[in-house]
Amino acid sequence: MGMTMAEKILALHSGREEVKPGEIVMAKLDFVLGNDVTTPLAIKKFRELGAKEVFEGERVAIVLDHFTPNKDIKAAEQCKFSREFSREMGIKWFFEGGNVGVEHCLLPELGLVLPGDLVIGADSHTCTYGALGAFATGVGSTDLAVAMATGEAWFRVPETIKFVYEGELAPFVTGKDLILHTIGDIGVNGALYKAMEFSGEVIEKLSVEQRMTMSNMAIEAGGKTGLIEPDKKTLEYVKERAKRPFTPVKSDEDAEYSKVIEYDVTPWEPVVAFPHLPEKTIPISKAAKMGIRIDQVFIGSCTNGRYEDLKMAAEVLEGQKVADWVRLIVIPCSRTVYYRAMKEGLLEIFHEAGAVIGPPTCGPCLGGHMGILASGERAVSTSNRNFVGRMGHPASEVYLANPYVAAASAVLGRIASPEEVLK
Amino acid sequence: MRVKGRAWKYGDHVDTDVIIPARYLNTSDPAELAQHVLEDLDPEFRKKMKPGDIIVAGENFGSGSSREHAPLAIKASGVSCVIAKSFARIFYRNAINIGLPILEAPEAVERIDTGDELEVDFSKGEIKNLTKGETYTAKPFPEFVMEIIRAGGLVEYTKRRLGNV
Repeated sequence: MGMTMAEKILALHSGREEVKPGEIVMAKLDFVLGNDVTTPLAIKKFRELGAKEVFEGERVAIVLDHFTPNKDIKAAEQCKFSREFSREMGIKWFFEGGNVGVEHCLLPELGLVLPGDLVIGADSHTCTYGALGAFATGVGSTDLAVAMATGEAWFRVPETIKFVYEGELAPFVTGKDLILHTIGDIGVNGALYKAMEFSGEVIEKLSVEQRMTMSNMAIEAGGKTGLIEPDKKTLEYVKERAKRPFTPVKSDEDAEYSKVIEYDVTPWEPVVAFPHLPEKTIPISKAAKMGIRIDQVFIGSCTNGRYEDLKMAAEVLEGQKVADWVRLIVIPCSRTVYYRAMKEGLLEIFHEAGAVIGPPTCGPCLGGHMGILASGERAVSTSNRNFVGRMGHPASEVYLANPYVAAASAVLGRIASPEEVLK
Repeated sequence: MRVKGRAWKYGDHVDTDVIIPARYLNTSDPAELAQHVLEDLDPEFRKKMKPGDIIVAGENFGSGSSREHAPLAIKASGVSCVIAKSFARIFYRNAINIGLPILEAPEAVERIDTGDELEVDFSKGEIKNLTKGETYTAKPFPEFVMEIIRAGGLVEYTKRRLGNV
């Protein structure tokens, strides 16, 4: 019997010919990462372990991206603690200040996570790298500590659900909508403990950045990882970037899936996920008629803060003004994205429209800083979670959408379709 | 290991943002985190609960963020055990890794109400509802996971594995 990509990668990294769902394996990791929220706790555990050094300084990244530029003294202390540890351990991939980017934008961009890799990160959106064909999954600080010390982690081999997307994407329908539709269909625990594999002609045509948006939100369906088979586009993306050799892995034709779900995307339109779960999806044609007035729009995050995302937003915002009562916050997710957006005039479009443009940070996505909501306030956000209190006060609301919808909503001051602006 | 306490029951998809909101993640001090446990779900929880009490919840408990601060805040608050229909996978791992007792027991969750007195025998996976006079069984853990639990968490388990003890 053949194996799925997820099974193959786990087998290859645990020295096994074959693995089956449900088995537990101890596997060697290609790369591990932590951020300013999760690393300090991992450092304490690392010391408790009695570890003296990290398994390989070139395979660890510490990215200070959540509460940076340091939002308060406590956050600054956490960063200092992580910085001193990184120096002491000779961790090569340490990012802060002008080098920092939102971790899941930054690491693929720098070629640090690659097709066929086995990666764990102390951040739930580590699953983003599945878009490049890496088995990548989020863990907590203790797992990170043990991984930094030993270069290994234990995994229960997950069943895989295969999603097949066929048909043609309508205008303004993006990778974000594909994944929101999917979560809306299977629910926020529809892929609990399972690997998701995205495939079909729609995925083949999708850009690598849009694929990352999809894989990024696998966790929002409870998924362990969100894999996409590496193809020509993937290899083109990683070719110039890869910092080490890699071996792409594909699923066998006779691989066994726990379920295969097929979608015809042709009738799909952009969707908005209503408070307070990503599964509460409503098509934009309906959502736009509900007259939902908003106070803030956030365009950014590891889900939708990449170049193409900013380009989509700029398409809608060009020559427009943000509604008087709306604060529009745009955060390019890395210095490379920031620079390109600046060179190509996107930042000027945002500036002219009345946006605040922030430095790369996770910031408002998790209610960290730079755009916290007050009680009763509503935001449209291109990020990944709309839980109670996610972006601020527990009595605030977050509506998740793609960058076109977010930008149109900023202009009209209510949840709106891009078609209403781009008439 | 046996624990005894009152049940506090909540619904499905209790996420890590409501267990410990990001505004408190600028520290990793367990005692400080415990002050805010479940704050955005039930602001009174911290005041109402007594050490030993048990959180009972529906599907997908601990969904969302990978923050280990969530199980840490629960453990440091004195909650003795979390019983849920299912756990989000990162939370599940984190709880096992730091030694917060958790049990997957859908039938128990259906039957238990807030205020019920429970007695949990963790090694047997047995939950006694002293108020209702009922007994429920939790799903058994895989043997490998039991080894981590018996060691007292992943750090201790790894120390033994590496011969650092």
